[in-house]
Amino acid sequence: MNLPEIIGLFLKASLLLVFILIVVLILTLAERKALARIQQRKGPNRVGFKGILQPFADALKLLTKEDILPASANKRVFWVAPLAVFLPGFLIWVTIPLAKEVVLANLDMGLFYITAISVLSVMGLLMAGWGSANKWAMIGGLRAAGQLISYEIPFIMAILSIGILAQSFNLKEIVDDQARWPFAFKQPLGLFIFLTAGLAELGRTPFDIHHAESEVVGGPFVEYSGAHWSVFYLAEYMNTFTIAVLTALLFLGGWQSPALPFSGTIHTVASLSWFLIKTVLVIWVIFWIRGTYPRLRIDQLMSFGWKILVPASFINIFITASVLYYALPDWVITVVSLGVIGAIFYFIRRGSLSGHNQNTVKIIKTSDIRAQLSNRTEV
Amino acid sequence: MQVHQQVSEHSDAIDLMVNMGPQHPSTHGVFRLVIWVDGERIVKVEPHIGYLHRGSEKICESEQYNQIVTLFDRLDYVGNLNSELAFCLAVEKLTETAVPERAEYIRVILCELNRIASHMLFYGVYGLDAGATTPMLYGFRERERVQELFESVTGARMMHNYIRIGGVKEDVPDDFHKNVLALLDHLKGGVDECDSLLSQNEMFLARTKGVGIINGEDALDYGVTGPALRASGVIEDVRVTDPYSIYDRFDFGIPVGSNGDCWDRYYVRVEEMRESIKIVEQAISNIPKGEISAKVRRIIRPPAGEVFVRTESPRGDLGVFLVSDGSDKPYRVKVRPPSFANLQALEHMLEDTYIADAVLVLGSIDIIMGEVDR
Repeated sequence: MNLPEIIGLFLKASLLLVFILIVVLILTLAERKALARIQQRKGPNRVGFKGILQPFADALKLLTKEDILPASANKRVFWVAPLAVFLPGFLIWVTIPLAKEVVLANLDMGLFYITAISVLSVMGLLMAGWGSANKWAMIGGLRAAGQLISYEIPFIMAILSIGILAQSFNLKEIVDDQARWPFAFKQPLGLFIFLTAGLAELGRTPFDIHHAESEVVGGPFVEYSGAHWSVFYLAEYMNTFTIAVLTALLFLGGWQSPALPFSGTIHTVASLSWFLIKTVLVIWVIFWIRGTYPRLRIDQLMSFGWKILVPASFINIFITASVLYYALPDWVITVVSLGVIGAIFYFIRRGSLSGHNQNTVKIIKTSDIRAQLSNRTEV
Repeated sequence: MQVHQQVSEHSDAIDLMVNMGPQHPSTHGVFRLVIWVDGERIVKVEPHIGYLHRGSEKICESEQYNQIVTLFDRLDYVGNLNSELAFCLAVEKLTETAVPERAEYIRVILCELNRIASHMLFYGVYGLDAGATTPMLYGFRERERVQELFESVTGARMMHNYIRIGGVKEDVPDDFHKNVLALLDHLKGGVDECDSLLSQNEMFLARTKGVGIINGEDALDYGVTGPALRASGVIEDVRVTDPYSIYDRFDFGIPVGSNGDCWDRYYVRVEEMRESIKIVEQAISNIPKGEISAKVRRIIRPPAGEVFVRTESPRGDLGVFLVSDGSDKPYRVKVRPPSFANLQALEHMLEDTYIADAVLVLGSIDIIMGEVDR
């Protein structure tokens, strides 16, 4: 590799970083606006026109804040942890294509690379939890480790079944394979598992257990402030975007669009926008869930992961592989998948069916109580 | 205090002690709960109070009777009017003052609206404890409407000083009747909306059903009162079983739970809001014209003696014990705050639970630290 190539790669990587930063800035504002809409309020509307400059104000505030190092913290671990969370999330982006021609390095083992790298961020969270010398942070870090490692399995299994279906781990080829039908139709179960496990990987509602404000006071991030905290924040939103992009790539057909009457650069831009629209849809669903659901308890999360998602993901791989091996029509996967999804929802609602959601509060009329009381006094 | 302590009997591991509070987002004020945990499981808890102690009861002894009402505002700072009422009832009982009808109706209307506002705050914060942000906004939206009405009547959003010994401070504004009816209409929809947002949510059910159970007998032994007691299946509401003011004139319902778990304590409050709306409806349609305050001397000197009154505050049985020595200042004022008694049962409720449950159980007994510490 000669010097110009290295400089070129460096420039591309910087460009990618800038792109990610812009996306994160937009996402923070979008999330606040979307949540505000759900919660019947206006959201940020003071900085700039309708609040569009709010993320910049936030960033400025965070960067000018004092970075506090707790007295008994392990200095090195404490300072490195944010980077250890951010870097794996960023490295994934090396191989994620945004359009057919827009990618830093198209790897043949792209999906494999993504799953291998993304697991590393667990370490960062554990480091943050341990390095802070704070018990809440430690509990949060351990929660994160348990949660992320458990949900890694269904997450990877869902990706694996896509690999089987597309006969490739190359993201470009996977998208090309979806020219006729997006994999969401062939793999509804895979999509469900991927999104659920993805939410758990992100640590977003209803799986925001490791940084639950009301329980562990922000978990691993409790002692962080200023710029270092903002790196965690950056990583969280970047990962949200990553999951949304991966969902669009693997299940929604990526940049595959209805025939567009363009060619060359315009075509690239058009397919890129088409792809971003799909991503935005997924992101909106993630925000929507955040605005609606409370949080699960850690043992409920674990039992959901191990007792429902992991078996379901194995079933998914099994049916995908069998259908391909025996050359059955694709709709068989769809039908069986939908059946399994139905079974999952049945298991979730099973408690309710046994009267779990029964209203145990009954209303007693005051007239009855008064009658009883007057009887008692008469006796 | 020891940082690590061997408390669990079944394992050799040293249990981790964590301080939940006094600075913790979900202890509802400055409450400190020391928890020993074995992983996520709670082995032992130890509540500590006193971080908000202001010596209110002692201050009362150096203030004139009229001035003490403002101190009672600051005890239960979410159900201010109910606290004011408790003290005024005590002084009225001691001085044998007859309160005019109109004042009684105004008091009942405002106190019940205050109960709704308080329960709405509970609803919102409970949602937040469970990890859902939207209920908080919904609850505060409804509470804000009630606060607006309070502002138009009393001139203040929280520390009203409106209920006075012998009646109320001043008559309600001209558009009060209309405003209350509009508010009730709005609240009916609001309560239904809040109910449908959270109560039957599958995850919320999973988090609250069967968690923090206390049976009626234990609850009575601990001195638990109010919604927390009724959730355990005990029919006890001072408004009905030992009526004060004019509560014996209204027909409403007392929501009673059967499991005594977090969900029951939560839902009893939701239903209570509906019942309070019924009371306000009956009161506003029967409100008579006339005086709003009895003739009371500017400086009240009750005859020497002692009196105890109990009222149903949003959190439970709020009692005031008042001793007068015949001077213009009380000899002793003792408050029996419901939150304080309810808090005693916390340790019992937290047996065999997880850290995450501690937050929900604490939230479900709806403590106000201003009242606990006084």
